[in-house]
Amino acid sequence: MLAIGIDILFRGNNLVRLLEGLWVTIKISMLAIIVSIILGILFGMVMTMKHPMIKGVCRVYLEFIRIMPQLVLLFLVYFGATKAFQIHISGKVAAVLVFSLWGTAEMGDLVRGALVSIPYHQYESGMALGLTRLKIFRYIIIPQTLRRLIPLAINLATRMIKTTSLIVLIGVVEVLKVGQQIIEANRFTVPDAALWIYAVVFFLYFIVCYPISLLARKLERIWQE
Amino acid sequence: MDFGFIKEYIPMYAEAAKLTFSIGLIGIIGASIVGFICSIIKYVKVPVLRRIISVYIELSRNTPLLVQLFFLYFGLPKIGLMMSSRGCAITGLIFLGGSYMAEAFRSGLEAVESTQIECAESLGLKRYQVMRYVVFPQSLAMSMPAFCANIIFLIKETSVFSAVALADLMYVAKDLIGLYYKTDEALLMLVVSYLILLLPISILCSVIERRLQYAGYRN
Amino acid sequence: MAMKEKVLEIEGLTKAFGDHVVLNGLNLSICKGEVVVIIGPSGCGKSTLLRCINGLEPINGGVIRLDGEVISNQKKSMHLVRQKIGMVFQSYDLFPNMTIIDNILLAPVKVQKREKREALQEAKELLSRVGLSEKRKAYPRELSGGQKQRAAIVRALIMHPEIMLFDEVTAALDPQMVREVLNVILELARQGITMAIVTHEMAFAKSVADRVIFLDGGNIKEQNTPNEFFEHPKTERAQEFLNTFSYEEVHKEVETSQS
Repeated sequence: MLAIGIDILFRGNNLVRLLEGLWVTIKISMLAIIVSIILGILFGMVMTMKHPMIKGVCRVYLEFIRIMPQLVLLFLVYFGATKAFQIHISGKVAAVLVFSLWGTAEMGDLVRGALVSIPYHQYESGMALGLTRLKIFRYIIIPQTLRRLIPLAINLATRMIKTTSLIVLIGVVEVLKVGQQIIEANRFTVPDAALWIYAVVFFLYFIVCYPISLLARKLERIWQE
Repeated sequence: MDFGFIKEYIPMYAEAAKLTFSIGLIGIIGASIVGFICSIIKYVKVPVLRRIISVYIELSRNTPLLVQLFFLYFGLPKIGLMMSSRGCAITGLIFLGGSYMAEAFRSGLEAVESTQIECAESLGLKRYQVMRYVVFPQSLAMSMPAFCANIIFLIKETSVFSAVALADLMYVAKDLIGLYYKTDEALLMLVVSYLILLLPISILCSVIERRLQYAGYRN
Repeated sequence: MAMKEKVLEIEGLTKAFGDHVVLNGLNLSICKGEVVVIIGPSGCGKSTLLRCINGLEPINGGVIRLDGEVISNQKKSMHLVRQKIGMVFQSYDLFPNMTIIDNILLAPVKVQKREKREALQEAKELLSRVGLSEKRKAYPRELSGGQKQRAAIVRALIMHPEIMLFDEVTAALDPQMVREVLNVILELARQGITMAIVTHEMAFAKSVADRVIFLDGGNIKEQNTPNEFFEHPKTERAQEFLNTFSYEEVHKEVETSQS
């Protein structure tokens, strides 16, 4: 019976379908990650500003996004926006929107953290050498900031990929949904399909996320002072 | 906004919040125990076991809880391992949280400076006394920020339990939206419920973090 | 001095980290009540020597005896041996999770199983002798470096060790704090406590030592009374080393070219 179970993967184009489902997940995460990096860098720089109003608004945004489970945010946008603006947002659009909002907040905080972690005397010694502001940023601040930031940003990316699994709950057809469909379609011929399919999905996520985590760890080790 | 409706369904949310909280609590306690044991095995480098634990940690940290739950809830019964929704939720949370807690405790253990240990040894303390009086108190204090962050993370993760038919906050909200189209009210109560659950913990965490900075455990 | 009973005997001590030999067949014995100061260029193995005596580093050859008993490479009973050896480190290493008094009482109460009241009594006396009476209930973070180091000395002293080891205990301190710590050690010398001291403070070495040992290249190159050693160093290496502590007058190039 077990031999039949794993066999389901190779029936028809099941494996290809699962991989296509995974590709949907990855596409959505990638899109959100790219948006988050761009907006997050801006948001992080805005957060270092001293203006109390700006500081307050950023803080509230960051804390709210952080404290809410990502699924709640998905519900807010998917169900809430539909109701509020009388437009139907597809699950995919809602997902990209929510993960971008969330990623921007997290990325922004990482950027802010990296920026303020550069000791002030680094700026001062740059000035003492007679470097212009631009050159101080180009040769001193940005390289140091990036070294701290990149491993953390990569970790955030794996978190975003993992979190993207939630979109099945707002009806997006991704890897888990495809898995469910395969299980449904074969429920009489392969009764234990669920075991195999979900195990495969589990390892698919692992295969995607593990190398990225490894990379982050390696960079962290290379770059730590 | 229909406040009559909100009032009527507050008890339902309260019930669901209680369920989320109780499962979260059990899961966090379980995860802490698992994490603590794993961190010690990795710290004292128990042969073979530490490799197994490393594999567990990587598997758990690099896969989503939702997929872990689907495997537990829909997959395992196929080989005769039946668990209730509640059982699955708790098992899943411990499986996920155990690795996060292990990393939190391990980084705390590694943050205890080696000179502290040498110094304790030079006073004639036995190995277990060194751990008991010097390493553990310091490492636990230093892993507190990560521990707190994990608590918040794990409670947030409980939001996926509706996927294994557990009547938690998400489940209730989705129900009310589906049955009555009371989207605004349902979502408002959802957000407020999570704020009530998580805001006090979040504030407590930042207080702890600030106190710890003052304690100056690292020279 | 030779008639006195020997507290510590080291014969043919060899210690290597991988291929790098740090101590190479070193012989040294220290008598009861003797103060031995160990000096030498950095990397000469001074600190390693102390760490080997205290069993923090396993040794590769030779033997170390304390009161005639072999203590080197005794893994099982090392914690018993360490109760008889007091060690003070450069980085003080008070336990930040305990108050000063708890730091001091930990070993006598938990290791030596002494009665708490009696140990507390002694701890108070020792603290007042090093001028830290009011800091009893403070945490290490509330103390200055010099105060921390004095507390660390008390913590080692209360065990009534046969010998005290000081590993560059003033190296991390500001100049004005160096003095207060060295005064405490001078006081201990007057009381006749056996000590092995690694230091870079030459003036202090001269005044506290019964014998100065010059370590270089993993072995003792020269040993003598402080006066003899500092005034008339015999080996070339010792002369070179002592020269690094004095500065020649500056001759400006501009002036010489003009003249």
